[in-house]
Amino acid sequence: MAERLYRAASAETLLIEPLDEFTLIFHRASGLTHLVAAPAPEIIAALDRDQISAATLLERLGTRYELGDASDELLQARLDELVAIGLVAAL
Amino acid sequence: MKHVFTVRIGPAGFRVGSDWRAPIRALERLYAGYPAPEDNIPDFTVRLFAARPWRHWLRPSITLGGDFVLPEAAPLPLSQGVLAAEMAMNLQMAMGQRRYLLLHASAVEREGRAVLMTGLSGAGKSTLAALLAARGWRLMGDEFALIDPASGLVHAFPRLVSLKNRAIEVVRKALPEGRFGPLLAGTPKGDIQHLVPDSRSIARMGDPARPALLLFPRFGFDNAERGLGPSEVFVRLTQASTNYVALGERGFAAMTRLVREVAACAIDYPDADAAITHVERLWATL
Repeated sequence: MAERLYRAASAETLLIEPLDEFTLIFHRASGLTHLVAAPAPEIIAALDRDQISAATLLERLGTRYELGDASDELLQARLDELVAIGLVAAL
Repeated sequence: MKHVFTVRIGPAGFRVGSDWRAPIRALERLYAGYPAPEDNIPDFTVRLFAARPWRHWLRPSITLGGDFVLPEAAPLPLSQGVLAAEMAMNLQMAMGQRRYLLLHASAVEREGRAVLMTGLSGAGKSTLAALLAARGWRLMGDEFALIDPASGLVHAFPRLVSLKNRAIEVVRKALPEGRFGPLLAGTPKGDIQHLVPDSRSIARMGDPARPALLLFPRFGFDNAERGLGPSEVFVRLTQASTNYVALGERGFAAMTRLVREVAACAIDYPDADAAITHVERLWATL
């Protein structure tokens, strides 16, 4: 089976406002406001408009952040959540 | 409609039509001193009409109408006509207001800066606003604070202050010279009495203010103060807004600006004096 690829909503459709431990994301396309915690904003920034696999995303996050106990499973869970709220597309 | 009353409250113009003379006469008396809608064109229209044609005469009871209606709203007895008009006017504002981000909050002003107070019904929004007005603050409103998304300023909506149950006596004592409407006993919200805002608050209703303090009061608890972070304030204020979603991106911009720029605190208080002490103390720290 081909590896699943992911892509974030385009930057023009998102207003991202870091507040404190939470970040607000206003999704212009849907008019919905999302209140998210790390690592959701970091995942969206790292994905950008590229179409990449979860494994590539984890590598990319690793070069930018100290990932600690991050694992494929944890990243997959966060990706699934972002897909569910419409900020990330699974291709 | 046989009887009509028009009024401007802050930036919003209202036209109230009624099948009966009595509620219109009561509104004219209580809103004496308020201006007419700009250009005499109201933003919102409210209708008070007989629940059934024959009920105009027989045990008259009022059904509310307007651009927005609550289908489950029970008819009110004619003696509660002012309350019916107030509920209908609030509903039109809550559902129809698009120029301003609307917060279900009371607001008072001093030196161009405003305190906004929001909370669940019974938290003491109206009571605190009335008591602070008695101590020299300008009453901007006891129900809705209107945030201009372009400027971030709060605009006043000083409708009649709606006092409920025990608050009636507390405020009457603090404002012995105040002008009050008739006591409406046994309404769906308990006993209600309206306070007419003081003439200075009415005269200055067109003056906006800079939000300086967001308070989330709770009545009936031991004294406590807790500073709130921006994300918690954001969640609380979106819950307190009736049109945040409808305003889309403008609402988001106005709300994020508010939570970033304005200090916020939750206060618990056991009685009115304690609440006033909290507000004055927090104000002095700004």
